[in-house]
Formats: sequence, structure tokens, C-alpha cells
Amino acid sequence: MNILYAVLVLGVLAIVFGLILAVAAKVFEVEVDPRLPEIQAALAGANCGGCGYPGCGGCAEAILAGKAPINACAPAGAEGAAKIAAIMGMEAPSGDKMVAHVLCNGGCNAKDNFEYRGVTDCLAATKVCGGNSKACRYGCFGFGSCVAACKFDAIHVENGVAVVDKEKCTNCGACREACPHHLIVEVPYKQKVFVNCSNKDKGPAVTKVCADSCIACGMCERTCKFDAIHVVNNVAVIDYSKCKNCTMCAKACPRNAIEPIPTPEEKEKFKAAQKAAAERKAAAAKAAAEAAKAAEAPKAE
Amino acid sequence: MSVTTLLAISLGAILTNNFIFSQFLGICPFLGVSKKIDTAVGMGAAVTFVMGLASAVCFGVNKILVAMGLGYMQTVAFILVIAGLVQFVEMFLKKNIPTLYTALGVYLPLITTNCAVLGVALLNVQNDYSFIGSVVYGITGGLGFLLAIFLFAAVREQLEVSSENPKAFDGFPIALVTAGLMALAFMGFSGLKVW
Repeated sequence: MNILYAVLVLGVLAIVFGLILAVAAKVFEVEVDPRLPEIQAALAGANCGGCGYPGCGGCAEAILAGKAPINACAPAGAEGAAKIAAIMGMEAPSGDKMVAHVLCNGGCNAKDNFEYRGVTDCLAATKVCGGNSKACRYGCFGFGSCVAACKFDAIHVENGVAVVDKEKCTNCGACREACPHHLIVEVPYKQKVFVNCSNKDKGPAVTKVCADSCIACGMCERTCKFDAIHVVNNVAVIDYSKCKNCTMCAKACPRNAIEPIPTPEEKEKFKAAQKAAAERKAAAAKAAAEAAKAAEAPKAE
Repeated sequence: MSVTTLLAISLGAILTNNFIFSQFLGICPFLGVSKKIDTAVGMGAAVTFVMGLASAVCFGVNKILVAMGLGYMQTVAFILVIAGLVQFVEMFLKKNIPTLYTALGVYLPLITTNCAVLGVALLNVQNDYSFIGSVVYGITGGLGFLLAIFLFAAVREQLEVSSENPKAFDGFPIALVTAGLMALAFMGFSGLKVW
């Protein structure tokens, strides 16, 4: 009898709570736009926060509210943007795929000020002894804060410097945020030539701290036929919209600061070609001068 | 209930008889969501909220059960109450305070399985607290949980970046050792008294 009683009381209790919840579900019903879950499904779903919203849910809501562009999710890429565009009934924006890139050659080539044995975190490393174990105060520490920040296994420290695997990179921007020296930039996926140095000091100072550094000599600037590389603040900067990836600047660079780093044979060949071109130019100039002289001579007579 | 008693209850719930460090209740979320300070604080706040509410509702339910002579069904009934309550709170927040709802996120439904919430309901009955006493015990117990999980998360964030500990201790082992040491430290509060 007692058991029946207990079952009855608990059963009533459960039914009461069930009813309250059922009523509450009706009263507190929140209408969810059916497009919201669809948009969320089209996002990358990594919750990387690269879009600036708290997770993919926040980003989906912002897109739905029109606060964020439909290509706000970089990891979802053009494909995701196209899907979201279809859901929202908008045109998909076109644009080249972008990836992250680390503008530092340093690593083992850069000299050390002292051996840092603290917490292996780049931000922590900037807080001790003037902020630099590396003699170059612009370069990559190689402690891998960016590696820890990457949710896609796309950035790794190789030979003391962080390198992006552009096949895996989704351009979410997490590594760019993590780098205390702001060495990581957004570059077009197709781009092959990079000035892998960010040192803004003058040539002699740079020479002392790193073997593969940009000394702002301007050789690349003079070599480039497309006006795509310029020395700004003592470091060469490529204009990716003009660069044709001809790699002439890389071959001209006396410091191997420009990727792809040429082999010695390539350098020799380039030098010979430059020399031949200069000779030809000189010869042409000479010929032109003589022709001009010859043209003037009859007049004088 | 006098203010002194309430103060004693609060002090006991937060420090001396901290739910995590001396009663070892609610260890699952304590270990599960303490990797980052902000999520830990979110969890702590959600637990505090639900513990306060659960104490109040369970007080009433317990009165009914005792009146029916079914005191032995407390645990089952309380689990029922807490599960329903968490559901209700979730719906309420989603409608009325969406910012808090999104801030708490996934932790809200997780609280259903937090035994600190059940613990506080049962302890209220055991200690024979009045209604106000129960609610105060629930809220301050939640604050104790918040304090514990916040401190622990802060330590774990530091552990994450330090390379000092041996490889075999990386991650969970060192976290468990840390939790043990922190519990030991909290034992230091056991002499604390309020007259």
C-alpha cells in the first residue's frame, strides 16, 4: 500500500512538473528563424572566433541580422559563402582565396641575445628582459603561440620559425591575433613570392642580427618590372595585386630575404643575364649617342 | 533566523565546507569546464543560479513529502525537481534574458547532472534549515563553487603554458594533483568560526 502511495505522489509530482514545462514551453517559446540553423550548417563549425563573433552560432546570427557579411566565415571559404548566399537570397561575393603567411626568415638564422628558458609562449617571452631573446626585435620567437592558436593544424614551427601550411590554412585569423610581433599577414593563396623579413631597422643594424634579413638596399625595387615591390620603412614590401610571381626580386636579393630563395646557380645565371642586359643597354646607349652625334654633325657644317 | 546564523551558513558554504574542496560534490563540471577562466566563471554563475533556485523549490517539495510520510523518496524527488527546474530556467532565460542564455550556453543543461545541486538540496533537509536559510545556503554554496572553479581554472591556464612539469604529468594528471593541493589548502579554513 505504501509503495502505491509513493508511486502515486511521485507520479503526480512528475505530471505537475511535466505540465508546468509544457505550459512554459508554449509561454516562453522563442521563434527561431528557420534559416539560422541552415546558415550555421554552412559555416565551418570550428568555433575559431576568427570572424569576431562568439563562435559559429554568434556569427550565424550576425549574418542573419545583416550585421556580418555573408563571407564573414573565412574557414568556410567561397563554398560556404555561396551556400549562405543561396540561403539568404543574395549574390555570392567573388574573391581570391586568402591564406596566412609569416613574414620572417629568422629562426636559426637570427642571432640570440640570450637563451630564454621561461614559459614557452611568445607573449610571455616579450615580457622579459626588454622583450627579446632574439637579437632581432621584429622577428619570430618560434615558441609557437600561433601553433597553439591554430585549430586546423596549419601552422608549425620549423627550424625556429613559424611556417604556414597553405593547403590547410583557412585564413581564420587566429594566428594573426596570437602573434605578439604581428608577423603574420593575410596573402592571396596564389602568391608565391614573399619578403620574409619584417625588420624595420636600418641596414647595418639588421645585418648584425640576422643572416637572412632585408637591409632595404632596393635591389628588388630596381629589378621589378611590374612596380610591385617597394622599400617602405626600411623593409621591402610586395604589392600582391601587382606582383606576377616572376621571382626576379628573389634572385636579385643579395640577402636571400625573398621567398622562394634561389639556388646559387640561379643567382649566377641571373647575375650573368643582368650583366648582359646592362652591357646591351650601355651599347645601345652608346650607339644612340653616336647616332645623335652623327645627326648633329652635318648640321654643324 | 538571525543574521549571524545566515552569515555562519554563508561562510561555511563558501570557505569551510566548500562544496568542491571539502565536500567533493560537483567534481565533474569542476574538472570538465575549468580549462579557461571565462567558461569556468560562466559555469560557476549558472550553478549558483540553479542552486539558489533548487534550494527554494526543493524546500517546498520536501515539506510535501514529509507531510505525506514519504521522506525516504527525497533523492528521487529532488532529482526530478532539479531536472525540471533546469529545463524551466533554460526556457525562461531563452525568452527573457537571451544575453545571459547565450553567455551560459551549453553549461545550463549540464547543471542537471551536477551533484552539488542535489547535494545542496539534501543538505538543506539534513541540516534542517528554514526557507531563508536554505536559499542562502544554496546561493552561497554556488558562490563557493564559483570561487573554487575560478581559482582552479586560473591555475590550469598557467599550467597549460608552463613546460616545467614532466611529460607524463601533462594535462589531466597535473590538474588532479592541483585540485588535491587546493583542497588541502582549503582545509586551512576549517578552524574558521562565527559567533
